[in-house]
Amino acid sequence: MKEYVIFLAQQHPTFRVAELRALADLYKFEVDLSGHDEKSPFLIVRLENDDQASKLVSRGILSRGIYELWGVGDTEEELHQDVKRRSSHLWEKYNQCTFKFDVLAYKGKRSNVEKIRLIERFGYLDFHGAIRMKNPDQVFTILEHYTPPTEHDAAELPSKYYFGREVELSGRSRGVLEKYDLKKRKYIGTTTFEAELALVTCNLAHCVPGSIMYDPFVGTGSFLVAGAHYGCLTVGSDIDGRLIKGKGNANIKANFKQYGMPHLFMDVLTMDFTHNALRDDLVIDTIVCDPPYGIREGLKVLGAKNPERFEGKENIEIDGEKAYLKKDYIPTKKPYELDSLLYDLLEFASRRLPIGGRLAFWMPTANDNFEPTIIPLHRNLELKHHLVQEFNKWSRRLLVYVNHGDGYNGEENRAVTMHQEFRKMYFRSRRGEGTTLADQEKEE
Amino acid sequence: MKFLTTNFVKCTSKACDSTTDNFPLQFNDCELIQEEQEFKPEFLLNILDRLDWSAVLKVAHDLGNDSLPQALPENVDPEDPDTLALLKDLHSLLLETNITQGEMKCRACEHVYYIKNSIPNFLLPPHLA
Ligand SMILES: C[S@@+](CC[C@H](N)C(=O)[O-])C[C@H]1O[C@@H](n2cnc3c(N)ncnc32)[C@H](O)[C@@H]1O
Ligand SMILES: [Zn+2]
Repeated sequence: MKEYVIFLAQQHPTFRVAELRALADLYKFEVDLSGHDEKSPFLIVRLENDDQASKLVSRGILSRGIYELWGVGDTEEELHQDVKRRSSHLWEKYNQCTFKFDVLAYKGKRSNVEKIRLIERFGYLDFHGAIRMKNPDQVFTILEHYTPPTEHDAAELPSKYYFGREVELSGRSRGVLEKYDLKKRKYIGTTTFEAELALVTCNLAHCVPGSIMYDPFVGTGSFLVAGAHYGCLTVGSDIDGRLIKGKGNANIKANFKQYGMPHLFMDVLTMDFTHNALRDDLVIDTIVCDPPYGIREGLKVLGAKNPERFEGKENIEIDGEKAYLKKDYIPTKKPYELDSLLYDLLEFASRRLPIGGRLAFWMPTANDNFEPTIIPLHRNLELKHHLVQEFNKWSRRLLVYVNHGDGYNGEENRAVTMHQEFRKMYFRSRRGEGTTLADQEKEE
Repeated sequence: MKFLTTNFVKCTSKACDSTTDNFPLQFNDCELIQEEQEFKPEFLLNILDRLDWSAVLKVAHDLGNDSLPQALPENVDPEDPDTLALLKDLHSLLLETNITQGEMKCRACEHVYYIKNSIPNFLLPPHLA
């Protein structure tokens, strides 16, 4: 086993370990990530070899790069001592190749002159190869962690130094976020999910080349794009045909063309998830989505809210043709509970995913009235990740499940939650604790 | 809607789930276009496992194509020239053939779904939902 240091992104510290864990799981190797500290972007891990190191970050969105660790220290002097102690046996191996040095700093910086001086102090490595700024054989990187005394003051010197040989840079460092930036995307809408977390979601969901990914609440297709980035053949559906159709030449398919992956777009279908057209025995490798947040945000399913009002309407004819068979017929829809929809999603996933296949979706924590949030569980599915993203007034969770099939016998909570939660909300409002469903009903 | 997708979709009425006539749907009055895609044999091989071949034959017949073999070869080996030719045909049929307009009828309940601007619509009226 060898030590490597991973340089992580500052964004979404609570999601970083999960992404690394998911990638290690995907490539089926063990790694101890317990050294992770949300306050530090540096993480030292022990791995078998460079191949594992590379796999741990090459698809990464919340990592920047991974380096074979040659030394660590709280001061520059300590760093050099450690480099000499730890890595002198490696120097000869690299003393003929072309190379360059990089200096990467967290919460601090140096002038170019200072950088060069810092690099020159590594002269004892005695590398004879040519220095190449473009495509060198090896990149040696000094990573610096500064700890500013206050938010407004800069730290003079780093509080920690790492030195290592670059093994792999992440997707993030190779410009993936700029590529998928929504500002430059042809077709987006109000529901489009930001590229960064959409890609992270697809890492946690194990999207891999040659597999089929499905988004049942596809909207403007943001997860299809992210899944296709990782090589999935993607299919989506949504009850709102207008979103799927887009505007003129701006549509989901156009986004796939923009990103040079038209062959990874299968189709988008107008349909109600709860009346699903995908045949029961179709194996879907991965399901990724952002379900509608609730009744107020357009959660609807097919059917009539007051069925008696529609009785007999199927017999209505227009120009001698049944109205519901006409090409421009628009079916009625009725409100539905988010809880029910999420359990439908879990049930659907348990039937279509292969063993080991993953379901990943975002769940809103709608408002205080819904606390404590109940995480839906299904007897065939293991809840692998449960991550929270906090906003000012609300939060949402990313839930990732793995299908283990009928033999798993996991916990199941469908029957319990729905009624209890509903009652709690309903009666709390009666006691004057804010507006909830009971008041909304009165208003209507 | 790609030809491939016709192999994945059934009638959405729950009442039809108890029959075997809800898949494949019957395609009528379809307008087709060919949209060129890069030929990637390994990509296609991944898809072949998921096909219901008899449904491929039925839908191809609906669309006027009766030239497909009655069964897929047991071992698909892209090195073999005959197989390669078949894969190219399948590539053109499954991935490059798009239905831009048309109707899909359930053989069980006879409900008709439409494809408009290449997008199929599987929404149902309340009495069938
Ligand atoms: C939060 S948005 C997802 C947006 C999507 N991630 C995107 O990239 O735009 C939820 C979507 O679910 C759709 N929806 C609501 N009820 C549905 C249902 N019963 N079946 C399918 N889609 C539904 C809405 O039309 C909406 O587009
Ligand atoms: Zn039917």
